[in-house]
Amino acid sequence: MNQISTNADAYFAAVMAEFEAFTPKKAQDVSRRGFFKLSAAAGAGLVIAFAVNPKVAEAATAAKEFVPNSFVRVAPDGVITIICKGPEIGQGIKTAFPLIVAEELDAAWSDVKVEQALIMPDIYGRQSAGGSTSIPANWDQLRKAGGVARAMLVSAAAKQWGVKESELTAQDSAVIHAATGRKLKYGELAMKAAALPVPDPATVPFKTRDQYRLLGKSYTGVENLEVVTGKPLFGIDVKLPGMLYAAYEKCPATGGKVASANLDYIKTLPGVKDAFIIEGNGVVSEVMPGVAIVADSTWAAFRAKAALQIKWDESNASKDSWTKSVTKAHEIAGKRGDTVIYSKGDVEGTFKGAAKTVEAFYSYPFVPHATLEPQNTTAWLKTDSKGDSLEMWIPSQTSDRAKTQVAKILGLKESQCTLHQTRAGGGFGRRLVNDPACEAAAIAQRVPNTPIKLTWTREDDMRHDFYRVGGFHNLRGALDAKGKLVGWSNHFITFTTDGKNPVTGGNFPNEEFPLPLLAASETTQTMLPLMTPCGAWRAPRSNGIAFAVQSFINELAVAAGRDHIEFFLEILGEPRHLPPQTIATLNTGRAADVVKLAAEKAGWGKTMPKGRGLGFGFHFSHAGHVAEIAEVSVDANNKITVHKLTVAADIGPIINMSGAINQCQGAAVDGVSTMMNLMVNIENGRVLEGNFTEYPILRMKDAPQVDVHFIQSNNLPTGLGEPALPPAMPAIANAVFAASGRRLRSMPLRQAGLTT
Amino acid sequence: MATVTINGTVHDLSQIDPSTPLLWVLRDNLDLVGAKYGCGIAQCGACTVHLNGQAIRACSTPIGSIAGQTVTTIEGLAKDGKLHPLQQAWIDNDVAQCGYCQAGQIMTAAALLERKPKPTDAEIDDAMTGNLCRCGTYVRIRKAIHDAADKGGAA
Ligand code: FES
Ligand code: FES
Repeated sequence: MNQISTNADAYFAAVMAEFEAFTPKKAQDVSRRGFFKLSAAAGAGLVIAFAVNPKVAEAATAAKEFVPNSFVRVAPDGVITIICKGPEIGQGIKTAFPLIVAEELDAAWSDVKVEQALIMPDIYGRQSAGGSTSIPANWDQLRKAGGVARAMLVSAAAKQWGVKESELTAQDSAVIHAATGRKLKYGELAMKAAALPVPDPATVPFKTRDQYRLLGKSYTGVENLEVVTGKPLFGIDVKLPGMLYAAYEKCPATGGKVASANLDYIKTLPGVKDAFIIEGNGVVSEVMPGVAIVADSTWAAFRAKAALQIKWDESNASKDSWTKSVTKAHEIAGKRGDTVIYSKGDVEGTFKGAAKTVEAFYSYPFVPHATLEPQNTTAWLKTDSKGDSLEMWIPSQTSDRAKTQVAKILGLKESQCTLHQTRAGGGFGRRLVNDPACEAAAIAQRVPNTPIKLTWTREDDMRHDFYRVGGFHNLRGALDAKGKLVGWSNHFITFTTDGKNPVTGGNFPNEEFPLPLLAASETTQTMLPLMTPCGAWRAPRSNGIAFAVQSFINELAVAAGRDHIEFFLEILGEPRHLPPQTIATLNTGRAADVVKLAAEKAGWGKTMPKGRGLGFGFHFSHAGHVAEIAEVSVDANNKITVHKLTVAADIGPIINMSGAINQCQGAAVDGVSTMMNLMVNIENGRVLEGNFTEYPILRMKDAPQVDVHFIQSNNLPTGLGEPALPPAMPAIANAVFAASGRRLRSMPLRQAGLTT
Repeated sequence: MATVTINGTVHDLSQIDPSTPLLWVLRDNLDLVGAKYGCGIAQCGACTVHLNGQAIRACSTPIGSIAGQTVTTIEGLAKDGKLHPLQQAWIDNDVAQCGYCQAGQIMTAAALLERKPKPTDAEIDDAMTGNLCRCGTYVRIRKAIHDAADKGGAA
């Protein structure tokens, strides 16, 4: 076996670079993929526009549909099928993507049927969901797909009526000639449009915002009916003829190998078909060593798994200890960090000349993603004389990458692998890694010609995650005589696996708020060693940084004797878009606008009864400017009630209002949950918590009311899976201070004896 | 003979090990996958079904313990092709995010409305406390239950 590598950072670096690299311009370049010049006319005068999967094209030809591109099909009966290219993980893109296409197509939403695309990146480009980039990265491509289809339908109507295209308009799945009151439904035009050449997408203009009929209103999710009637939608629901069920046990300490296992006994257990050791390729984001059990039901596999007795060789395994890391961080917090990662102005001079200085130490723990659907994948390796092939059903956020990975593991070409994207029961970044798919492929290899469904137990899921890394910030702030923030210093203590760079999610962005806005500021960094794999957890970096930074700003406002929001707006200063002025950089004007809106809607400044307070938090991440205000009470028994969270966000124009509000409400609830309750302990390389008894996700009785307000600024629409989460945590901590006078600097708050 | 009536159909389950949790019999043997696996230890509610009209956790109910009894799953909640008012309210309020918990949420809520046709917020919170939603859709779940109750949700 290869060297064991518990470092997933290289994998994540590639994923994150993909998410972070795009700019609107690049997104447009990507949009040209999938618009290859049309070639030949096929059957019934149908023109296959470009690289549509040949099978799909064939089916479309047989069904006599108009297929202008790989996103749209119009049938003569008027049904408009829109293909969703990316994974639905609860963020709502299976509804939002088709809406964008339908808007430019001028389709009536009630005529639209949505289908999930197979994983074919050569046709669709990126087919992943992460970094809240799905909307901005695909915005142009999807609009073009709809616009090109509309242009062809308009053109077909112009030909039929012998009028100029400029005399025609499109609306509600029909082309209209206003001068004569004539109207043709898209269904009626479909086969005529199919005979036309596909125009160069560059010649098809986008609609302007004032022309939108669909976007910005509320739509219910396109799979809601299937969800509420219990239809098989998720990866875990896949059932195939002759399918067997697999479970997989890995070393509880990352990096351990199987020395021996009671396989002979396991094979005698009821329902068990086989049990074997998998060496794996030693890559933590692919296949680590373990024992696989294949059985005739999930229960039989799980029960046998519980009876496993494995001797682990832990000579190279993780010995990580959270408590030791915490102790170490406390020891070194007051010193400067090993490396300076940002420095501006005369920081020490500013602190010396300050009227007042404040210092505080903040910390947050490791957390798993805990998607409610545990990790799973169904894999079916078919071997025959004509060559092997793999078919796979996968609830991943990066199924396009999974295809490359499983092909490599099985020694197949990607063209020999068919991947079906299933709905995923939550993502939050967990499913950016395809270790379950790679494990399923490795197991399928041992049981060829049999579909096998690998399902992780909850305990597997909680103990073999790519965690949100814990972190520590020793913050210092300097105030001048007027109580203005003039100096800032942060000793950021994080973790490293390779000894060179912080782990994924554990790096501190150079230009993080408020550093570039002050005359004197610095960040220094120290890295502690770690083997536990870390990854992208909903709003990576931001989900910890926002808590520390925005809570500390509240401490400074209090020390200055000033109103927090007034103090905060002063830091923002004049409205300006920070260089290099991309969607990834803070716009202080947009920030100030959401802060003021949140303050107004939450009644900031109103008199509160004793024991009750308002707290404010702001964070810019994933191109979203979001301010939140929490209303919290703390009683004499330290019981906390979060009554309400007011969210004000600017992510540009909204695609689906219902979906957008849902994302903010969910993020706010996730914020309360994480702030109050959530952490895992790591000792001797093991994650101690395994299930929801020890990892108490917020329950309904503790969920606040969440009021959501948007500023729909004229910017590129951006994603909302993440940016509404980070401000919730400091808003709650600051509200706890306002309500009780207790300043809590360590997440989760239950550690300090506070309960919900 | 160990039979269980599931969504109106009598199933002979005598070939299945009686210690097998109902959840896996539903999902793997009977292809009723609406009830979900989330924790396996009665902590998350994703597997909620009705046993003689009461909401129970299928992951922690061995089939040997329910011989002769009546089970309703989310697949059997709609009657005569008409959605249960809660299912309709769930669609109309666009409750789901990932949707994984929602079948369990609806089954718990349906049992609640049978007992209390007009529940208060506190009664809803109390009844729903065994059902986790990782996506945090609680705000809309509460609203959907009230909406269904207003429309005579016990159906
Ligand atoms: S799976 Fe039954 S309660 Fe969680
Ligand atoms: S909607 Fe995702 S767990 Fe509830």
